[in-house]
Parts: sequence; structure tokens; C-alpha cells
Amino acid sequence: MYAFTYQRPTSLDDAMAMLGDGDAKLLAGGHTLLPTMKQRLAAPSALIDLGALRDQLSGVTEEAGGVTIGAMTRHGEVAEDPIVKRVIPALAAMASVVGDPAVRSRGTMGGSVANNDPAADYPAACLALGATIRTTKRQIAAADYFTGLFETALEAGEIITAIHFPKPEKAGYEKFRNPASRYAMVGVFVAKTAEGVRVTVTGAGANGVFRAQDFEQALAANFSADAIKAVKMSPDGLNSDIHADAVYRAHLIGVMARRALDKANI
Amino acid sequence: MSATGIGASVRRKEDFRFITGKGHYTDDINRPGQAYAYFVRSPHAHAKINRIDKAEAERAPGVVAIFTGEDIAADKIGGLICGWMIHSKDGSPMKAGPHPALAQGKVRYVGDHVAVVIAETYAQAREAGEQVNVDYDVLPAVVDTGSARSVGGEPVHEVAPDNTVFEWHLGNKPETEAAFARAAHVTKLDIVNNRLIPNAMEPRAAVGDYDDGADSFTLYTTSQNPHVARLVLSAFNGIAPENKLRVIAPDVGGGFGSKIFIYAEETVCVWAAKKVNRPVKWNSDRTEAFLSDAHGRDHVTHAELATDANGMMIGLRVHTTANLGAYLSTFSSSVPTYLYAPLLSGQYNIPAIYCEVDAVYTNTAPVDAYRGAGRPEATFVIERIVEVAARELGFDPAEFRRRNFVTSYPHQTPVIMCYDAGNYGASMDKALELIDYKGFPARKAEAQRRGRLRGIGFSAYIEACGIAPSAAVGSLGAGVGLWESAEVRVNPVGTVEVLTGSHSHGQGHETTFAQLVSERLGIPIDNVTIVHGDTDKVQMGMGTYGSRSGAVGMSAIVKALDKVEAKAKKVAGYVLEASPDDIEFKDGKFTVKGTDKEIDFASVALQAYVAHKFNGQDLEPGLKEGAFYDPTNFTFPAGVHICECEIDPDTGVTRIENWVAVDDFGIVINPMIVEGQVHGGIAQGVGQALLEGTVYNEDGQLLTASYMDYCMPRAYDFPSLKVETTETRCPSNPLGIKGCGEAGAIAAPPAVINAITDALGHENIAMPATPLKVWRAVQEVQPRMAAE
Ligand SMILES: Cc1cc2nc3c(=O)[nH]c(=O)nc-3n(C[C@H](O)[C@H](O)[C@H](O)COP(=O)(O)OP(=O)(O)OC[C@H]3O[C@@H](n4cnc5c(N)ncnc54)[C@H](O)[C@@H]3O)c2cc1C
Repeated sequence: MYAFTYQRPTSLDDAMAMLGDGDAKLLAGGHTLLPTMKQRLAAPSALIDLGALRDQLSGVTEEAGGVTIGAMTRHGEVAEDPIVKRVIPALAAMASVVGDPAVRSRGTMGGSVANNDPAADYPAACLALGATIRTTKRQIAAADYFTGLFETALEAGEIITAIHFPKPEKAGYEKFRNPASRYAMVGVFVAKTAEGVRVTVTGAGANGVFRAQDFEQALAANFSADAIKAVKMSPDGLNSDIHADAVYRAHLIGVMARRALDKANI
Repeated sequence: MSATGIGASVRRKEDFRFITGKGHYTDDINRPGQAYAYFVRSPHAHAKINRIDKAEAERAPGVVAIFTGEDIAADKIGGLICGWMIHSKDGSPMKAGPHPALAQGKVRYVGDHVAVVIAETYAQAREAGEQVNVDYDVLPAVVDTGSARSVGGEPVHEVAPDNTVFEWHLGNKPETEAAFARAAHVTKLDIVNNRLIPNAMEPRAAVGDYDDGADSFTLYTTSQNPHVARLVLSAFNGIAPENKLRVIAPDVGGGFGSKIFIYAEETVCVWAAKKVNRPVKWNSDRTEAFLSDAHGRDHVTHAELATDANGMMIGLRVHTTANLGAYLSTFSSSVPTYLYAPLLSGQYNIPAIYCEVDAVYTNTAPVDAYRGAGRPEATFVIERIVEVAARELGFDPAEFRRRNFVTSYPHQTPVIMCYDAGNYGASMDKALELIDYKGFPARKAEAQRRGRLRGIGFSAYIEACGIAPSAAVGSLGAGVGLWESAEVRVNPVGTVEVLTGSHSHGQGHETTFAQLVSERLGIPIDNVTIVHGDTDKVQMGMGTYGSRSGAVGMSAIVKALDKVEAKAKKVAGYVLEASPDDIEFKDGKFTVKGTDKEIDFASVALQAYVAHKFNGQDLEPGLKEGAFYDPTNFTFPAGVHICECEIDPDTGVTRIENWVAVDDFGIVINPMIVEGQVHGGIAQGVGQALLEGTVYNEDGQLLTASYMDYCMPRAYDFPSLKVETTETRCPSNPLGIKGCGEAGAIAAPPAVINAITDALGHENIAMPATPLKVWRAVQEVQPRMAAE
């Protein structure tokens, strides 16, 4: 770790002001940022700990039929939340398979969505459900928000405050964990929404989360695992690494999609 | 059996301090005025060092000193040694390249030590370390085990132009060839035993301390054998004579072999403490541990098994290439030789065996003993090829094993070992019953209905523990003897300290050793304290590895207890006014035979020290005895493990559904601790079989240098394990103990792979059998299975 200064603002305005300084970075659960700093891959000049804003920035509310989740809400809290479980059970189920218990009891939804790790889970849910990312400056539709590997539409000094998820008619998530890290090697979120059918894939795309449009088309008329049995995913544009090559990942996307559909249709 | 004696599942005495965070590990030790070391490591697998420019780094804040290989050479500090001499077939000694504690002219693996920066704080040392400018000429790296001898280019070491350390063999070649010539069937198998990274929970650490008043050194280090460390640091590295060097290995958080060896970092810390005249502390971070702890396994093997027309094994020939990495670590040469080939006979009566082992250098981390050390590699070869042979010959795998089991003892194998006792059939019977072998076909059919492929795999392993006797290991090339020492100090109030040369780093010696003493002396277990890990307290010892602490370490304690009892009887004789020959000792009381005159152990202890009842010229006061114990043979734990797994053909994921372990460890001191050892061993073995793969790319960069990519086993990966024992007493030591520390890690890998290959009907699954590999195998076999 390189040296840095530490700040703990008690208001969002203060936090934004502090973010103006040099290479300052927000600290939420720290489960991505701190390991990266320890490995000396990140060297922020200051850490602005959002811990004192947890009351203000965390919690789940039911809004317009869907759910709104504060940025500082931890994965474990999302997994256990009665409102999430009732309104969008697939989202609670997703939160329950993020990392391991230690990760789930510290990591936050805002941190995860801000980080946009190509193997993270939430980006798949956000994109499939048509979520809205709410920040200190504006509201951003998920479709415009995830822009590439670890890239988002967030601007300097912008803080995520909450994420709103509309309620889907049906949804399901299935994840093939990287056996070592437990991030998604392939994660597929399927949803039948007011906007149509969405199938999103995380962990596999060379450019981060993406929509599997062949699957979406096949599912438009018949939202069931059977409908995509014959649809083959192309390995083009998928990742190859020591754990899985593109061909295997392409195959797993199909398997995970079918299993997610079975869950959504229970 | 008493509540705390031999055979009782006494709760571990040491756990209270560990669980409550009160353990004292090396990193908990801080000396006044301490400075911190950071090692500048090579980013290249193979490179010439043209120049090291430390001027900028020396000006960085907090820097106390920066040393390189030149300073080590100037002080004539000897290189790290390999303590076991292996001779090649042609009689030539192994080709040991130089192994300086800080690189001299060349680096040979990513993580190799180039310089040490000592600074006021660790952060400053690390900061400055990044400013040490090293000018390298990068050379092509030798990485792959199988091709290391033929790649050409600049060799890893000049002394070994074709990267070959030795070409060794064992067994009888003509007899083996003859057996193959008359064989009815020959089974052939190519096997890779994957390289593992040990990952003890506590990373390595060292604190070097120098007392300039006494001109003496103290080294606190994460060691499994502090006495051997002191011996080597004195006699070979020339740090200080032994009487001026104290080595302390305090609480150590796991070793699995990786902390047996004497490493560059601890050598440099203790040497540098005098150079800067301040204590110097180093603590490895996890990345450094991945890069520079000695790795394990890494064999490429071709094996052939000859059977006659009746399905009896008549010959085995094995060729192995063993990767020893960039340098010969402390015991590296013994692992793929004398700890490997002598175990190739397994539990079977194989009249002719011949094994050749070529050891190679590569530009990878040194490879040395890791839980099981050679024996898992041997067991993997024999238990895989036996399984394949059974399938080829149409035998039930349990039946094929049973008909070839050794059944009479002593049994001399063609590869050194003389098995002294065992009952392999008994373990097999019990294991078959526990797993409900008869019910397996129904379980397989039921799995098939769920779309799952179910398989069952056996592993009838044998291992050799407590490697000994010293004279024998000496004749095979060991630089040390493999006995153990003990001293029993009875205090005047009857409490006891036992000093042992064994070292506990998770095994629970503070409990098991105390159980022995408590039972033997008839005193409460809380009155017994086990002292270990400090060369100023325990005079000499050989440490803990190879499951030797029970069989060898406790036997030494028994010998010392014999002497204590004999002396105490004399004291009691004076007090009770009887001849020592008439004194009986039982349940903590000395009685005069045939009378009601008695005295308890604590009173005898007091009498020994006040010395009022006897003349000091006739009997020395005090009650303290020491002993050295050198065994007469190895011990031979053996057992049968059976693994039942299910494969999801859509994803290639393997889940272990059932596991049965039936082990014969001889007499068991503490069943709970033994069960824990078996659980841990199985977890590591399953880790090797399914999860743990070390990957270097062709440039010699370690791709699996963190837990994001190197997969350790988790509780989630296991069903509830059924662990049971059978018992045949070990005839070669007084307690009848065989040892249990490595059994699980030895037994597990072939059980898993045999189960997977059974499920798939496919013989070529390399470890770790990751979902990707299993899925690919499914793709190959599925059309065939569909056709059948
Ligand atoms: C072992 C391990 C396993 C994991 N497995 C998974 C997994 O399976 N699936 C998965 O999805 N994730 C996984 N993670 C990541 C985990 O979920 C992280 O917690 C998460 O990605 C980041 O959240 P955080 O609260 O820890 O953020 P931090 O690490 O504190 O911050 C991450 C980044 O987001 C920024 N940030 C934080 N909060 C905000 C905000 N409100 N507005 C704007 N920017 C902000 C920070 O400045 C930083 O750049 C794993 C992590 C670990 C260590």
C-alpha cells in the first residue's frame, strides 16, 4: 500500500467536496479497493470513507412497484431483505452468491456498480431489469451506464446514492462461480420485463456485461428453457483464461441461461 | 483408559490460546530498535544481472542499509544447501548449482532474491525497494518439466548443461524386464502430478537479533525444525557458531513441509542484524509466499504394470521426470527419490519393480517436500495404474486389489522397504461396508435418472513415516540422522516439563505428548507442559515432518520416562526403606510389593530434590532424564479410502458425494486429533485432485499467484467424511504408533481421479480435474456413451 490520507465525511456535500482533491477515491465496503491498494495497483491520494453516511445511503424501499436500494447497502443485507425477497427474489438470490460471507458482509451494491468488474454479479441484474443508477448529479439508465471493463458513465466527483430496480414479471439468475475467486466465470440473468425479455451475461464478455440478443429473440414468444435449447452462443468476443476458454464459456452461457429460466418460471 | 490418557479424545490444550488470538507467532515478536526488511525480487524467470544501482534507494526516507549478493559474498556467507546427496546411475554426484541467499550475477525464477532493503518501517523499506534499479539481460526461461532436458538455450545452472540434476534409479532392471517379457497383459499410463503451492495459514516470517555485548545471535523464525536450522546456519552458512546462535520457532501456523527448509530470507535477516546492529524483521506477504515458498510435487511419469494370466501383478516399471525448480531446496533431492520410489509397491506383492527418476532444473520456484513428500506421488502412480489395470482386465477394482495385497509380514519389497505389520484386507472390508459398495449400482442408476454421472474410486495407499534408522538414511545420502530427543524434567512439586525436539505447528503435541506423560506418571494432564521450538531450551532435535513426531518423538519421551521411573523407584526405595526392585509403580503411586506402604509421585519428586533420605554419593539428587531414540525401521500406516462423486455433464462440475477413510495408524493416542489430521489431509488431497493448479506461463511468470486464481479447498467442497480406523500395532516402536499426518493427502488424489474416470469411462483426466477439463472429457465420451 502507498501512503494516503483518510477522511470520513458526515454529509454528501462534504464527500463531494473532498472528492475534488487530486486522486481521492471513495471507500465503501473496501472489498475491491483495499486489496487493489495492498497490491499497489491503486494509489489514491486520499480515501473518503462513506461509512458515516451509511444510515443515509443504505436500506431498501419499495418504490413505484419496484425496489430502491441505497448505495451503501451490503450484499448480505440485500440477500436477506424482506422487500427484495418479495418483490424481486432473483435479486436477493443473486446477492446471496456474491463472493463469500466475509465479502457479503462488507461489500456494497454502490461499490460493486461503481467498480463494474467484468466478473461482478450486479451489472447483469441492473442491465436485465432496466435499473436506474441514481447519483449526486443525475439518474442514469443501466443501458447507458456500463461502458466497458471497469468503465462506467460516472463522472469525476459523482457519487452513487441508490439504484432503482423496476419489478419484472419474472426473473432468474444462475451463476457459474470461478472456483478460486467465486466471482462469476459466467453469470446469466434472465428477465421478462415491461420492456421485453432481457438476457444479460456477466463474467464472460471480453468487454464486460452484455445482452445475449439471440436468446432474447428466442424467448420473446416462449419464456422457457426449451425455447433456447437450440440456440448456440458464439465464442467470439468471450474471454479465455486459465479457468475457462471461450468455447467452454459460450457453452456455459447456454446452460446457465436455461437454469436461470427454470428458476424464473418456478 | 483414563480420561486424559492414551486413546482419549482430550480437547487440545493449545487451542484456547489460538482461538482467543493469544498465540505467539513470529510476527508477534517485536524487539527494541527493530528495523524492517523488504526483499527486492526478480521480476524475470531467468536473467543475467548486469548492475544493481542502489544509490537512489539508499537516499530514500528511513533506509538503514541495502545489501546485495556482493555483500553476502564479501562476508563469506555460504549458500543455501541441499542436505541429501543423490548419486546418478553412473555414480556421479547430483549437480548442485550455487544457491546464494542474495543473487549473484543471475536470477533463476520470478521471486528470486536480488537485494534486501532495511528501513525504519516496512512501508519505507518497500518504498525504497522499488527504487533499487536492477539492469537485467533477460534470458529465455526453462519452464516445462517434461521438456526441460531438451529445450536447449542457456541452462538454469552452468553445472547442469542439460538442466539435469541427476538420473537416479532404484529396483531391479533385469528382473523387471523379464517379468514384462512373460506378462499376459501390460497396462500403460502417463501421469502428471501437478505442482502445488503450500499455503500455510501463517506466511513465513523471521526476526534476526544480534547482541553485540555477547556477540551472539537470536533468530525467531517460522520453522518446523529450529535445530536443523541452527545447524545449517552455523555449519554451512557460517552465520555464527552454534553456541552463539539461538533459533526459536514459536507458535507456527501450519507448515505442511514448506517450513522445514532453510530459506534465504531468514538467513539474510539474522546475518543483517549484526551488519546494522539492530534487530531485523521480515514478514512475507501472500504474494511473496506464492512466489517463493518451496512448492510441492511436479512430476511427469510414464508407468507400466505387468500382470500374469491370473490377474496377479508381476512387474512395475516407472519413469519419472521430477521438476526441482531453480535451486535445490534443503531436502528437495530426497523427495522424488528415496521418499518416492520405495513406496511404489503400494499394498501389493509385486516381485519386480524398476524406477528411473530424472530430476530437472527449471526457472520456477524451488520444489521440495509438501505434505506426504514423494509418497503421494508414488501412491498416485500405483493406485491409478492398478485401477486402470483392473478395468482393462475386467476385474472389480476392490477384488483386483485384494488378490494382490501383501498378506504376510514382514514383507520385503523389491524397493528397499520391509513392511512390518498391517492388515490391508481388513481396511478394505470395512471401507466397502461403510460406503455400501453393494448399493453403488443403484445409486449410479438413480444419478443417471437425474442426468448425473456417478463414479466410485478406490485408493489403497501405504506410506512410510518416521523415516529412519539414522544409519540407513545416512547410507542413502542424508546429511543428518533421523532420531529424536526428549528430556523429562520433574519439578520438586511433581509437575513435569517435557522438552522435545519435535515441533508442533498445528499437530497438537502439547496435548498428545501430555496424554502420554499423564498416563505414564499418573498425574493430571494439566501438570504436564510440553516445551519445544527453542534451541536454548531443547538441546538438539530433528523437528516435525513426515509424520515422525508420534512414532519417533513420543518414543524418545517413553525412553526418558523409563529412566525417570527407574530413578524415582530408587528414591521411593530410600523413602519407604525397601529395595528399588521391590517397588511397584502404578497409577501415580509407588508401593512396596506385598505391603500397604506407598508414596505418591509428587512426594517422590520432592524427596528427589530435598535429598534428605539418601546419601548424595549413592544416588544423585534431582529427577530429570533425557533420551535419544533412533528407530529400527520406518513405520507403515496404510488404509483404504473410497470416493464417490457425481459429475454434472452440462457443466463439468464434480461433486464429492461420499467419502470413506479407513486407516490403520497403529495405536491411536487421541482419536479426535487423528480424525482432524485425516480431514485436513483429505482436504489437501482433494485440493490437489480437483482445485489446486499451479500455472507458470512460458516466460516463467506465475499466473496463479493469488487466491483469485489459485483455488484452495473449502468446506463447501466436501460431504461429511466418514473416518474410521483399523489397528495393527507397529512393532518397531514402544507405543505401537505409525503416524497419521500425511495419510489423507496421500490417499485422496487417486481416489478422486479414479472416481471421476469411473464416472466418465475415460482415462485421461489430469489433475486438477477442473470443470473445464471434465467438461472436455465429457464431450469426448458422450458420443461413445450414447452409442453404447
Ligand atoms: C474474495 C472476493 C470475492 C468477491 N466475489 C464477488 C462476486 O462473486 N461477485 C461480485 O459481484 N463481487 C465480488 N467481489 C467484489 C465485492 O462484491 C466488492 O465488495 C464490490 O465489488 C465493491 O464493493 P465495495 O463496497 O467493497 O467497494 P469498494 O472496494 O469500497 O470500492 C470499489 C470502487 O467503487 C467506488 N465506490 C464505492 N462506493 C461508491 C459510490 N457510492 N459511488 C461511486 N463510487 C463508489 C470506490 O471509490 C472504488 O473505486 C468479491 C470481492 C472479494 C474480495
